[in-house]
Amino acid sequence: MTEHARLERELKAARLATQLARRHRADRLFRIAGMAAVAFAALVLAFLLLTMTANGIGGFKRAELRVPVDLASGVLQVDPAQLAQGDPVRVLETAGLPQLLDSELERAYGAGGARLALDGAWRELAQRIARDPALLTQKIDAWLPASGDLAGGLRGEGTPETVSHARALAAGGNLATHFDPGFLSRGDATSPQDVGIWGALKGSILTMLVTLSLAFPIGVLAAVYLEEYAPRTRWTDLIEVSINNLAAVPSIIFGLLGLAVFLGLFPNWRSAPLIGGMTLALMTMPVIVISGRNAIKAVPPSIRDAALGIGASRIQVVFHHVLPLALPGILTGTIIGMARALGETAPLLMIGMRAFVASPPDGLTSPATVLPVQIFLWSDEIDRGFVERTSAAIIVLLLFLLAMNGLAIYLRNRFEKRW
Amino acid sequence: MTTYHELDPVEAKITARDVSVFYGDKQALDSVSIDIATEYVTAFIGPSGCGKSTFLRTLNRMNDTIANARVEGEITLDGEDIYRSGMDVVQLRARVGMVFQKPNPFPKSIYENVAYGPRIHGLSGSKSELDAIVERSLKRAGLWDEVKDRLADSGTALSGGQQQRLCIARAIAVDPEVILMDEPCSALDPIATAKIEELIGELKGNYAIVIVTHSMQQAARVSQRTAFFHLGKMVEYGKTSEIFTAPREERTKDYITGRYG
Repeated sequence: MTEHARLERELKAARLATQLARRHRADRLFRIAGMAAVAFAALVLAFLLLTMTANGIGGFKRAELRVPVDLASGVLQVDPAQLAQGDPVRVLETAGLPQLLDSELERAYGAGGARLALDGAWRELAQRIARDPALLTQKIDAWLPASGDLAGGLRGEGTPETVSHARALAAGGNLATHFDPGFLSRGDATSPQDVGIWGALKGSILTMLVTLSLAFPIGVLAAVYLEEYAPRTRWTDLIEVSINNLAAVPSIIFGLLGLAVFLGLFPNWRSAPLIGGMTLALMTMPVIVISGRNAIKAVPPSIRDAALGIGASRIQVVFHHVLPLALPGILTGTIIGMARALGETAPLLMIGMRAFVASPPDGLTSPATVLPVQIFLWSDEIDRGFVERTSAAIIVLLLFLLAMNGLAIYLRNRFEKRW
Repeated sequence: MTTYHELDPVEAKITARDVSVFYGDKQALDSVSIDIATEYVTAFIGPSGCGKSTFLRTLNRMNDTIANARVEGEITLDGEDIYRSGMDVVQLRARVGMVFQKPNPFPKSIYENVAYGPRIHGLSGSKSELDAIVERSLKRAGLWDEVKDRLADSGTALSGGQQQRLCIARAIAVDPEVILMDEPCSALDPIATAKIEELIGELKGNYAIVIVTHSMQQAARVSQRTAFFHLGKMVEYGKTSEIFTAPREERTKDYITGRYG
């Protein structure tokens, strides 16, 4: 009997040992698989960021040509006082700045020299003079944007003559790539030498403001009502299902809705951030409602009981206790919804935000485009100069996204209560 | 049977007549009638699911928050029907305070926890008046000496027993006439429990106190009147000493002697 018991115990130990080895192996394998997944994700992210930065940095630069300009030669008949009165660029144009620049270019680089600089390069010179009228009495070396052809030649693209011409100019110190701060302050243009991202960035900011100020209050109020007030009936079930479905609707459908409803109502506001923001708000609202409801549901019922028990009214319970505790969760949902809206292109194409808009929008109702649409438009351009500009625009979009998320995370941490 | 009215010569603060509660089709409480007076601490005992907490929650209409809960019968506070249409629930709960089973301080400062009630009801005219209410309430709840130097700390950072006393301070800060306690010590250790029981003894007489408890010893220690509930019915109501020494009903006797529970 004791022998039997001993054998049985040994058998059990042996079985346990084989089982145990198998269990440990499974554990190890799972851990390795998990680490591999994380490593893969990190690798892809690093690759994305590295290539983007490597390509995009070039997008913040452009080829510029050195032009010696003698502003004091007496060709320009401008009184500095005049500049302060009217539009200085216009004043300098009538005073003959474009012609002066052309002749200076011909003098420096021979016949055909005027075509080496970008059309309208005189405007940048005019703006510099407007900022510093003292230049009018000086002889200056101005670095002005090179023409598209010359910029291509510097990159080694175009006809062999252009390339060798560009190389010769660069070797002589007359052509170089310089950091282009104007990229962050100009609007869209036809030449990659002259484009800027500010128009699209401002359009995005305005659109996001409209989206946030519509989707956040409506979404939160809907979530509060459904969670705290609405009785559970077939109707509220139906509403819940509808909202969940709304969050899954492809974004282009919202674009069609915006086209049919909002542009139908306000036909004069085509391409306006107001209409774009309203369309994106439709898309963002269900995300906020769903996350808001979950956050409100997660507030312990004991807190509601406590407040009701000392005679708080329902609205006091909601605004004094439930919402402050649910706010971090609501903000998380809002970040996700807003990030999605910021990156959205399709619905905005439907309401005309893909138009070529050269000047940054001055208000909610003036025509605009947004960053992702601008990226889409530039990536479609034939001119090779747009490749780097597109990467630069992507960097701006990502930084904007990062700033927005950073703000939301900061707010969330501020409101987070622990207990 | 129940002898709720002839029991005491004192005037009843709360009277309940034939109160039944339904959750949907399920009846949770069947024709309960009882008188509750300010002079005594009244304890409700009985096995789990007997309806004692349900009945307690009808007294300040906390059942209103439960969808499909329905109350029949009549409950009056100072002769006023609290279920009549037009009764303001907010005002009712300012008069009938409640302490819950699990300590549930707000995740705010100790001061804010106590000041919240007076503030929403507009009971204090000035900051100094509010300070006085907070101090008085915390003193009555026996918590003042422990927290007076850290009123700005979070109420949730206190120990369980302190949290429950904070909840009692929060309830008495609005100066209610009745305090309902729903198993206030079930989540506390014996020392904290003893402090709460001592506190109940001190509050007795100023407020009508109704306490639901699972512990028969606790009912015997703190209360002067005890009602025994079983299967949704109030089986017996009487002086605590009599209930525990000479129960009239067989079921009460069985429960007290530990035959079921």
